[in-house]
Amino acid sequence: MNCRSEVLEVSVEGRQVEEAMLAVLHTILLHRSTGKFHYKKEGTYSIGTVGTQDVDCDFIDFTFVRVSSDELDRVIRKAVAEFKDALGNSGSDGMGQISLEFYQKKKSRWPFSDECIPWEVWSIKVNVVNLANEQERQICREKVGEKLGEKVINIVEVINRHDYLPKMPTQSEVDNVFDTSLKDVQPYLYKITYQITDSLGTSVSTTMRRLIKDTLAL
Amino acid sequence: MDSDLSPQDKKDLDKFIKFFALKTVQVIVQARLGEKINTCSSSSPTGSDWFNLAIKDIPEVTHEAKKALAGQLPGIGRSMCVEISLKTSEGDSMELETWCLEMNEKCDKDIKVSYTVYNRLSLLLKSLLAITRVTPAYKLSRKQGHDYVILYRIYFGDVQLTGLGEGFQTVRVGIVGTPIGTITLSCAYRTNLALMSSRQFERTGPIMGIIIDHYVERPFTNMAHMHPCSYRYEGGTYAGIEDSQEVCTTSFSTSPPSQLYSSRLSYQTPALGTVDLCHPTACTAAAHPHQMVVPGKEGGVPQVPAQPTHGTAAEHGRIPSCPTGQSPQLAPPTSCVFLCLQVHPPPSPAPSSPLQGSLHSNTSSHSGGQPQDDFVMVDFKPAFSKDDLLPMDLGTFYKEFQNPPQLASLSIDVSVQSMAEDLDSLPEKLAIYEKNIDEFDAFVDTLQ
Repeated sequence: MNCRSEVLEVSVEGRQVEEAMLAVLHTILLHRSTGKFHYKKEGTYSIGTVGTQDVDCDFIDFTFVRVSSDELDRVIRKAVAEFKDALGNSGSDGMGQISLEFYQKKKSRWPFSDECIPWEVWSIKVNVVNLANEQERQICREKVGEKLGEKVINIVEVINRHDYLPKMPTQSEVDNVFDTSLKDVQPYLYKITYQITDSLGTSVSTTMRRLIKDTLAL
Repeated sequence: MDSDLSPQDKKDLDKFIKFFALKTVQVIVQARLGEKINTCSSSSPTGSDWFNLAIKDIPEVTHEAKKALAGQLPGIGRSMCVEISLKTSEGDSMELETWCLEMNEKCDKDIKVSYTVYNRLSLLLKSLLAITRVTPAYKLSRKQGHDYVILYRIYFGDVQLTGLGEGFQTVRVGIVGTPIGTITLSCAYRTNLALMSSRQFERTGPIMGIIIDHYVERPFTNMAHMHPCSYRYEGGTYAGIEDSQEVCTTSFSTSPPSQLYSSRLSYQTPALGTVDLCHPTACTAAAHPHQMVVPGKEGGVPQVPAQPTHGTAAEHGRIPSCPTGQSPQLAPPTSCVFLCLQVHPPPSPAPSSPLQGSLHSNTSSHSGGQPQDDFVMVDFKPAFSKDDLLPMDLGTFYKEFQNPPQLASLSIDVSVQSMAEDLDSLPEKLAIYEKNIDEFDAFVDTLQ
């Protein structure tokens, strides 16, 4: 099984980075989260209910839908804030990439640690632009709103191809497929990483960070 | 074509399609109400949320959708469409978009109905939630109110897109293959709104000229079927909304297929027996909240646990999903154990919602027309203000608070009187304080 990889590109103004990333990441996670599983006897399980919330952006003419889970929102916001800070501090031309990777864990025998096998990776390339005046900013608000709309349509198109999804796990295996740490929803296991590129387009090696949803060895 | 599909699967599939159609309509209309939608996640399955998504049901919308479907299901050659239009306070209207739920002939025989189809329909609803916020009509709907409203119309049959003007765009929300055909959900939306940017619908003069250019004589000029997307709710929750009266809790099984096949054989008879028992007790939910609805007449899933279980649960006023220990014996033998059709008692007995601007057929309740006499209403439009969701915008605020009443304490008569009284009472007060000086000292000591 090959990992599916999708790349999205956006050009935004500095203050729009956060909201643009949140919009894209939450749209993906909306589709890659289920309700909490409740296992019962005889191998059956039922699924909790996922609520949704509309979020208006302040710096972009756009509204996106996210899963109603404050815990999940906090995690994503934290990751996006770190990415934004890294972009701001890099001193580069403001180019970077944030990746959302969905993976499965494969248990290995001791002493080997569990393997993480990605099955879908979304990479969002960001290009930060500087604008000279308020009029340009106003145009940018609308343009970026339209672009994000196109990205949402792209995401939905990919999701609805119904390509590989991990098999529904048994109770003992659920933590190998889903992130069960949240109280109200259950996204597939995911990790968010980012890279900042310098003006030559090569990645600056020191700014790689992992936000790992489950603790792994090493 | 249906020969490969078991009767149980066929019933399940019909039920899924029916409720998917109803939920699709709810999502679309709610996205055009002009307000942000917010529903809560629940880790425990409540038994009333189809497709494991918290989508409230506005009763009028469900009623209209059922009326349009008239007992049929979307199928090949029978599409369900939701048309969204804009109507100005002057009475001009324009179609903005048409959402189409269709089915084509491409079948997927191998797909599992109660599991894969169900989950993919859930995914498609999520995609619909996302896409409804992206089409141009969303922004217009968020600004509706004074000058225009957004209306919806549901119809069944052939898709009609002529009212969308030239150059309309189509976006596909998604597809789900089923053994009887492939369900497709798409939206065709008008693009020549560029001439009518949202600024046109702010507080300016009548825009009749521009509207007429786009007003196309339609073959179905029956505006009586249009309904406003102006459902106002109080307290942040929809008053009068009921949860679906037919509920679906899906249990899934992780057993390998071979085991399930044998279990299918062993559970066949009890399931049928259960159905027979339940039929005589069938009644509508509204009549008696504690009785089950066995939707045999709707072609639904008749797997219901035995009466006593429900009776017990119903006493608590909230029937839990799939009572454990009972359901496995009565579960239908599909590869996913699918059962527990329960009645969810309507939260409020009142059938009509006590809300302003409630959904009713056509006649515009607008009072926003221009005055008919000689006065010219000049709208005060403060700089940088924008009509947002708040009922009071900056202009209205200025008008209302330009002449506030004078503070009572600042009026001379009152102040003179009270000052005189104060002065008179001062010596008395001082005398009292001197008398109680010990008490005050003791109090100060306690503070230290």
